[in-house]
This record gives sequence, C-alpha cells and structure tokens, in this order.
Amino acid sequence: MDHFLTEEQQMIVDIARQITDERIIPQRAELDEKHEFPRAILEEMAQADMFAIPIPEAYGGFGGSCLDIVLALEELGRGCIGVGTAFAASSLGIYPIMISGSEELKQTYLPDIATGSKFAAFGLTEANAGSDASGIQTTAIQDGDEWVLNGTKQWITNGGEAQVYTIVAMTDKHKGARGASMFVVEEGDAGFSCGPKEIKMGIRASSTTELIFKDCRIPKDRLIGRRGTGFITVMKTLDSSRPGIAALGVGLAQGALDMAATYAKQREQFGRPIIGFQAVQHMLADMATELEAARTLTYAAARHIDAHPRDMSKVSSMCKVFATDTAMKVTTDAVQVMGGYGYMCEYPAEKMMRDAKILQIYEGTNQVQRNVIGQELNKEYNR
Amino acid sequence: MKIIVCIKQVPDAREVRLDPETNTLAREGVESIMNPYDQHALEAGVSLKERCGGEVTVISMGPPQAEAVLRQAISCGADQALLVSDRSFAGADTWATSYTLAQAITHAGEFDLIICGKQAIDGDTAQVGPGLAMRLGIPYATCIQKIRSADEETIVFERMMDDGYDVLQSGYPLLMTVVKDINEPRVPSLRGKMKAKKAEIKILSAEDIEADPACIGLPGSPTQVVKVFPPEPRGARAILTGDIDEQVEQLVEKLKPYLV
Repeated sequence: MDHFLTEEQQMIVDIARQITDERIIPQRAELDEKHEFPRAILEEMAQADMFAIPIPEAYGGFGGSCLDIVLALEELGRGCIGVGTAFAASSLGIYPIMISGSEELKQTYLPDIATGSKFAAFGLTEANAGSDASGIQTTAIQDGDEWVLNGTKQWITNGGEAQVYTIVAMTDKHKGARGASMFVVEEGDAGFSCGPKEIKMGIRASSTTELIFKDCRIPKDRLIGRRGTGFITVMKTLDSSRPGIAALGVGLAQGALDMAATYAKQREQFGRPIIGFQAVQHMLADMATELEAARTLTYAAARHIDAHPRDMSKVSSMCKVFATDTAMKVTTDAVQVMGGYGYMCEYPAEKMMRDAKILQIYEGTNQVQRNVIGQELNKEYNR
Repeated sequence: MKIIVCIKQVPDAREVRLDPETNTLAREGVESIMNPYDQHALEAGVSLKERCGGEVTVISMGPPQAEAVLRQAISCGADQALLVSDRSFAGADTWATSYTLAQAITHAGEFDLIICGKQAIDGDTAQVGPGLAMRLGIPYATCIQKIRSADEETIVFERMMDDGYDVLQSGYPLLMTVVKDINEPRVPSLRGKMKAKKAEIKILSAEDIEADPACIGLPGSPTQVVKVFPPEPRGARAILTGDIDEQVEQLVEKLKPYLV
C-alpha cells in the first residue's frame, strides 16, 4: 500500500533499510547467540544521523516527527528487534529531558545523543513497580546542593551500555504518584553501578541490567522538570514512545511474512510448492492482512500524534496493542508455515517468534494498554 | 588535503546482458550503480578527509544520468561533484577516457591525491587509474589495501601483491587505486542525502576542459572492439558417488560412448 511518504521520509526508510539489509541481517544470528550488544551497528547508525531523528534541530537533531521515527524503527524491526530496541531505548531515555527538562539539561545532553556519541536509557521499572508505577521504592533525598539516590532499578534496556540515564525516584513518598520525580544520572557518578547482563528469551542483542544506586550523589540541577512531576513525565514519555514499539512489531511481522512466503514458494510437498495449498495460502493471507492493518493503524496513530500532541494516549496504546499482538501472531504462524525448519535455530523464524513476545510486555504490557484505552473511552462517553 | 575521487556509473552486474546485435552491454532497463571499487575509493577519500582535513571532489565522465552516482557520493561525504559530460565523449576507450579525465582534473584546479577504484566492473580493464596518472605526469600505486598513515606531507600505505603486500611511502601529488579490502563503505547519512538532493553538480563539456577533438570519444580511441561474446557454457557436470570401485565403474560407463 502507498502510505504517501514525503521525500524526506523516504530517505529515512532508505537509510534504515540499507543498514538493516547490509549490517543487521547478516549479523543478527550471531548477536542473538552471543547476547552481544551491537555497538558497531549503532555506530554506523549514528554516522548515518539516525540518532538525530527525534532530537529538535536546536540541539543538533533532525527535528523528526513521530512518523519519521516509526518509519526508521519499522525497517530496523524487519532485521532484528534486539538491535531496534537498543536504538529505540536511547530515544526513550532522552524523551524525559526533551519533554520536561530545563534548557540547561537539554543543551547538556541532547547534542551528544543526537550524534550518537552517547546512548541513553530510561529507568522506571523496579522489582515491585512496573505496570504499577506508584510502587516505586527508589528514593531521592535533597541534601544541600545535591540529590542522594538510593534503590535498584530492574530490567533496564541499555543498562551498562548507556552514558546517560533518566531515572524515576520518590522525592515525597507519602504523596504517591505525585511524589515521584525524574533525574539524570551519568555513567561514572559515584554510588551508581549496573548489574550483570540479564539472560533473556529474545532481543538478546539488547542489553538489560539492574541499575543500583547506593548513596548516589548528583547535582541538584539534574532534576528533570519540577519536583513531583516525574509521573507525568513518565506517562508523556511512554505515550510518545509506544508507536515506536508498534513499528518494531510491524517490521518484525513483515520480516516473518517475507520469510514464510518465500519458504512456501520453495518448499515442495505432494509434488508442488506448499504455497499452492489453500491451508497455507489462507495462513499467509491472514498474516499479510493483519500486518497491513497494523501498519496502517501505526502510521495513522503517528500522524495523529504529530498533529495533536496533547491527545496521544489512546491512539498510542491502540497501535502498540494491535501491532505487537499482530507481531506475535504472525511470527508464530511463520514458524508454523515453515514447519520443522521454522522450529530449528538454523533459521531465523524461531528467533523472530522469541523476540516478538517482549513487544507485548515492555513499555507497558498489552493488558495495561487496554486499561489506558478503556479509561479513555470511559472519559469520552462521560461527555 | 585536496582529494579527488574518480567514480564510474556501471550497470548492476547482477542484471547485465549483452545486446547480440551490437555486442555491447544492453543498458536499457538495467539499474545503474556506483562501481563497487569506486565506493571503496570514495570511502578512503572521505575518511582521509575526516582524519586530515581538506575536501573531497568526486568526478565522473559519463552521460547526464551519471549525476545520480555523484549525488550518492555527496550523500556519503563528498564535498563537491563534477560531471564531465559531452556527446563527443561517447565511445571513449580507456585511452580517451584517461585523457578526458586528465583534462578535466587539470581544469578543476590543484589537488594532492587522486583515488580511483582498482577497476570498473563493466570493462574490467584497470587501465584508467594508471593511464590518468601518466597523463597528469604524477606517480601512482595500484591495488592499495590499507592506508597506514597520512599527513600533509606524506602518505604510507600497503599495496596488495600476489604473495603478501608492499609498504610504500609517497609525497604528493599521487594517484592510487584501491581494492575492496581497504575499508567498508559507509551508509549515506540523512544530512548527506539532504545535501545531495540540493547540491549543484557542475557539468564540464569538451569545450570547458579544452579537449582536443581528436583525442576524445570514438575518434580518440585506438581500441576497437572486434567481437564481444558470452563464453560457451561449460558442459554438464556430474558428481559420482559410492566407493572408489563403483565410481570407476560409473566413469568407465560414461566414457564408453566416446571410445573409438
């Protein structure tokens, strides 16, 4: 389908496609097997200005739209959502500064993220706080000109690889969600360390670690926005980033469909290619149809967000739910179409299916997304 | 450092066909790409510029549509581009091409280093690089696989040989041709692509470069292509299986029809 991209958007697609075909696809199996962070690929992406896409022009970025980022992530997702996640997590980590940070914080951090000379990470989740952000136990206590952070973040993407971390901590615990604030912590800050890399089912090219704060002292101007606004910043950050996760799902599903359809044309049983059998055709037809619906919803949601930045929660959650559920289904069906070959680690189908699962879990589980959509509906029908 | 990189637009080798009538490459409908060796030459030039400062000028002789590879070169870091294009250049062999490029480069101004790909994948002659150096009267080195160091005065590099490599040092001006081992060409950048879209590609005609009409195009080309033909396909091959006695037996059976 023609989605009427602009010339500049087509440039983004072309660059991301070249990186995916020439750099990511040839390396993805090895990165997956070795749990290896794709530093060289990310450096190539930095050279190609991809990290600059979401950063405003005033800070050395490209000032790209939500749709621009979606297009880039979709192409990367076609190759490997592990690499795509490492890339996307740097944007996620910097959104809180873009959304709520002071001019000084923006000038300090955004230019290095735009060039890709530094990576960012976003630290929200804890052992007892994920979907329920109010369960956060990491604290930040003001002490003169400094904040003192204590606590442990869990499953943080780009942990140990990023240089800039945006962290949610409780500044006034008794105020609940209104007692949360966000801070910038830098690699090398005294009292801050990262745990060992987690071993994961999928997206193994991305790094996931704990972030540990033990009397970690940071200057007071590392507070992002005003004290007590952390939770609002988190919600706005996730609203902005979710279409990117949907895009990874669209790309992943496209990669799985491409593989399954190519295989079905080559594989012969009963004297003819299995794509000639209606049972297989119907599976491929459903995969292709649902994929196109997911892509169209994701693009439409991104365009809506670009036009109406104050009204993004519902569409952002809708595209995340639909595209990532589609990615799970399409990758599962791709393994089915490929039969025994699909199940073997020698072929990429099983990796795609393993990878797909995280899309339904991270950046807000798909159950939480449905809560968001439901709550928005509840508000809409009150009027 | 002023660096010139010579680039040729070639048909994508994966799709190439011969026109049986004229025995020339059938270019219609075949996608054109930047000669792969030239991509490595460009990367060598751009990374040298990033290390030592200076500017990279890309130059191509070809029809107007060769502008596409020059824009691609700008998207990958070249600063400016020259297209040497004139109907009278048509039919040039490597002799006429090296003359034409030498005239164009002389008119383009001063330079320190010229980098070419080892050869183009359509003609495969590997003659234009050395020919250009001879025309310009400057030293050259072919098949460079690595630039070890470079500054304003000297450049040290490795020349690929059959049995290893030579380490050479040179001053400027110099022309080098490069092999694919020298680097991994970069992906174009977003800013580069935008710059390339807007860039003005300067077109130089035969008159602009004061070319002698007798030395360019078909009249200036001593090479005559008498015949171009696809090689006969190799005969069918068979792989024999089984233990050695069985294989010998099968071989004898296969050879029997040819016994007089």
